[in-house]
Amino acid sequence: MRSRFDEQLARLNSEMIAMGALCEEAIALATKTIGEDRGDIRKEVIRISGELDQKERDVEALCLKLLLQQQPVARDLRQISAALKMITDMERIGDQAEDIAEITAYLGGYQGRETEQIQAMAAEAIGMVTDSVDAFVRRDMALAQAVLDHDDIVDGYFTKVKQSLIAMIAQNGDVGEYPLDLLMIAKYFERIGDHATNIAEWVIFSITGVHKDSEL
Amino acid sequence: MKPIITAKDLCLWYGSAQALDHITLDIPENSITALIGPSGCGKSTFLKTLNRMNDLVEGVKITGTVTYAGKDVFATDVNQLRKEVGMVFQKPNPFPMSIYDNVAYGPRTHGITAKKDLDQIVEQALRDAAIWDEVKDRLKKNALGLSGGQQQRLCIARALAVAPKVLLMDEPTSALDPISTSRIEELVTQLKDRYTIIMVTHNMQQAVRVSDYTAFFLLGELVEFGATESLFSQPVDRRTEDYITGRFG
Repeated sequence: MRSRFDEQLARLNSEMIAMGALCEEAIALATKTIGEDRGDIRKEVIRISGELDQKERDVEALCLKLLLQQQPVARDLRQISAALKMITDMERIGDQAEDIAEITAYLGGYQGRETEQIQAMAAEAIGMVTDSVDAFVRRDMALAQAVLDHDDIVDGYFTKVKQSLIAMIAQNGDVGEYPLDLLMIAKYFERIGDHATNIAEWVIFSITGVHKDSEL
Repeated sequence: MKPIITAKDLCLWYGSAQALDHITLDIPENSITALIGPSGCGKSTFLKTLNRMNDLVEGVKITGTVTYAGKDVFATDVNQLRKEVGMVFQKPNPFPMSIYDNVAYGPRTHGITAKKDLDQIVEQALRDAAIWDEVKDRLKKNALGLSGGQQQRLCIARALAVAPKVLLMDEPTSALDPISTSRIEELVTQLKDRYTIIMVTHNMQQAVRVSDYTAFFLLGELVEFGATESLFSQPVDRRTEDYITGRFG
């Protein structure tokens, strides 16, 4: 029964996986431009961000088509409405990776303790994005919960980067715009962690029917 | 929620075939309850049992109890019961007589003969069924000249004319176009302030749109009963989930 609908839902899942993979790639490439001044990689991040914009529209159209044609209820409705919410966060992740890549153009390949911390922070944020999308596709409650728990680690890194930057300014007043640029980059990664958290919250909704915010 | 109809351990057999299997269910007053389930699941049989439309059929055996307003329906006079628990069928079935006489038929059989009283009852019932404005100028015309949607609203008016407390509806919109369907749905929603409505429907979206409570029947059993919103968003039983999401049935 409903094999066509099941195929469409499977297609929705693969589109979500593809979007998740693009997010990871965008963040990973943007992170690469922190230590190396690479215009080619920067261009690639911008391209991927554009692709994510397009994917968001495609998945949105697919979800609206499913709502219209299949009039889903229960688990199917939750899966489709969660996907509709998640793609907005994924598209924002792409934008933020692009913002990071644009700022790193002013760093000129600067490397230091702060950039190492930011790179570690980026690795955590990428992990959160991967896990949140995996949790959606596999309907894995424990993995979604792990993403929520992980956000504290990313937030912790942000505090560390901030402290390092304060120390940087204290040691040398002539550092120019570096600390500000690095702080913005760190803030973007912290926001990416928040987006992954949002995604994980919608995953939990798609499994349980209860969104964290509605429990308040 | 105060129940107006209560079924307890209700079993029903047509000959040797069991159609209802230990149904225990409270129907809340002044609300709309949808009965859903695949064909042959017992939902229509259950509906008909509530105003005794099948216990007089030959070969039918019933055990368990059904009470209406605390009274055993099987010990109640059938005419009195059906006055309080009215029925609207799947296919509009106006009598081949005038619109007025269709609506006045029930009150007349219950002894109301004064024209003034009948006029008042007919107008009120037609107004309550949201068809008064469409027929007020042709009350003496034959009801069979009305459209399908109008005929169904006339049948609802006819049921309302005897001032029932409960309206049973067996797929009341399945023979109607979408506009007539939405008028009936609108009407049913307005009527629940004054009546209790129990509706069999094959249209899941209709159950979601209209009803407050939903009962899911399968193979003569009541699988799940609950608030419509929660049954359609987080069904408890896997069979309910599979049915409402179209995985079987």
